Amino acid sequence: MVLVFLDQADGHIKKSSFEAASYAAKVAEQLGTTAEGIVLGSVNDDLASLGKYGLKKVHTVKNDALNHMDAQVFTKIIADAATSLSANVVIFSNNFNGKSIAPRLSVRLKAGLVSGAVALPDITNGFVVRKNVFSGKAFANVDIKTAIKIISLNPNSFSIITSDAVAEVAEFGATIDTAKVQVTSTDKVVGEVPLSEAEIVVSGGRGLKGPENWAMVTDLAKLIGAATACSRPVADIHWRPHHEHVGQTGLAIAPNLYFAIGISGAIQHLAGVNRSKVIVVINKDPEAPFFKAADYGIVGDAFEVMPKIIEAVRKLKQG
Amino acid sequence: MKILVCISKTPDTTAKIAFTGNNTKFATDGVQWIINPYDEWYALVRALELKEAGSAEAIHLVTVGAADSEPIIRKALALGGEEAIRINSDNHDSYYIASQIAAVAKDGGYGLILTGKETIDYNGSSIGGMIAEMLDLPYVSLATKLDLDGNNATLVREIEGGEETDTVQLPIVVSCQKGMAEQRIPNMKGIMSARSKPLKVVEPVAVEELTSVVSLDLPPAKAGVKLVSPEHPEELVRLLHEEAKVI
Repeated sequence: MVLVFLDQADGHIKKSSFEAASYAAKVAEQLGTTAEGIVLGSVNDDLASLGKYGLKKVHTVKNDALNHMDAQVFTKIIADAATSLSANVVIFSNNFNGKSIAPRLSVRLKAGLVSGAVALPDITNGFVVRKNVFSGKAFANVDIKTAIKIISLNPNSFSIITSDAVAEVAEFGATIDTAKVQVTSTDKVVGEVPLSEAEIVVSGGRGLKGPENWAMVTDLAKLIGAATACSRPVADIHWRPHHEHVGQTGLAIAPNLYFAIGISGAIQHLAGVNRSKVIVVINKDPEAPFFKAADYGIVGDAFEVMPKIIEAVRKLKQG
Repeated sequence: MKILVCISKTPDTTAKIAFTGNNTKFATDGVQWIINPYDEWYALVRALELKEAGSAEAIHLVTVGAADSEPIIRKALALGGEEAIRINSDNHDSYYIASQIAAVAKDGGYGLILTGKETIDYNGSSIGGMIAEMLDLPYVSLATKLDLDGNNATLVREIEGGEETDTVQLPIVVSCQKGMAEQRIPNMKGIMSARSKPLKVVEPVAVEELTSVVSLDLPPAKAGVKLVSPEHPEELVRLLHEEAKVI
């Protein structure tokens, strides 16, 4: 059986977990077995509907103590579930919580882990999982040699597959330890698309000349339902908040569309965005290295070009 | 309270990525090596700040690597820390490396074990969590802040679309990222004193790897950028809608 950890926040399963569930179902198909999910905490979503991602069964541990992820507590429950339900493969999304739990589970189950997987395993010779290395500049194909295997799937690297199947929902009787880490507060940006989950990202660099010119980024983002990001210098000089910084030392993202305005594309910036499916670059310098990594580009002044782009998008959206 | 900071040697961020040995190994010829930036800028510098503030008595550095990783550990010692431990072993999988560090940390009496959030070469993001599980310690991953009040730690960690503030009692394992501290440049005094700081070499414990790299490859080259005239930016919108189908 292939077990997938379904990550939730505020009572809702995260989108990255739907990808992980679809992936788990495909792995199960490869291995001629079934995929099942496990949800920890109190969830408002209809869990039976998770069957549409290919899950035969969803195990739940309904307990408010599990509404905040504690790596130690969660690892123990998932390990117990994997053992008692005889899972051969455990799948996570390689998101913030996945990065906390999967390594611990690897030790607890003595199961090899590949984190940052980008494709289905190749099971023709061993169990080889493809993952990003060198910050998106290369791939490694990694063989998991243990009986139980753990894969942590990079968000936005596997498409959600749906059908009209329905999952059986069952309560999993877990022993819940008291968390040693106490969560005292959470602070979320409301109303905005979280950068790590965004399918479209609009990003600005020093070429925008100052924070007062950011409307061209935020207006376009609003129109196309995108998250906003920025380059490192922009965050360092406090034109934009640090959590918007994408790049080698900031957040690494892999949206369907990365729209970069006034960013030259230093190698450290590319390391954070090179997994994007389509890259658009607007820069007045034709020598900007970013054009080499881009799919579409305009060599031109953002201050002249962007108002026209925003107008064209507005027209498109009005249909 | 003593702090253990895990240090990894990585190729410079601008290093050319190529492979040898029938695409099974990273080609190290002409590569400039650096301290993994997350280990250096965030984990190590925060440890130094905590010590300067009187919250820690000593900082020890640990690395798993062959003799050629000594320049990197000396470079880290130039920033600070009292002593370093090198576990004499070549490159292995995350489980092997975490096992080695856990074996050193086990009886070391460390209140804090700090790692960077990931290495910039393997991007595993696993060592901290693995060490924590091996030592049965709490683990706070992807932390952007870490403050101490005696034995109590207050941390901020990144979650989807925001952050979470946590409190926990030492000992703990923390993986550190941007926000934790600012990059420092070692000064001459630091560089001079690093030469005489103790660097202990220990042999690895016997551990089986759980995974192995079969091959490495590069992403296919991009087809090349399609340039749109700045006179007709609306054409870009059309292409993104009709051709790329992303808006």
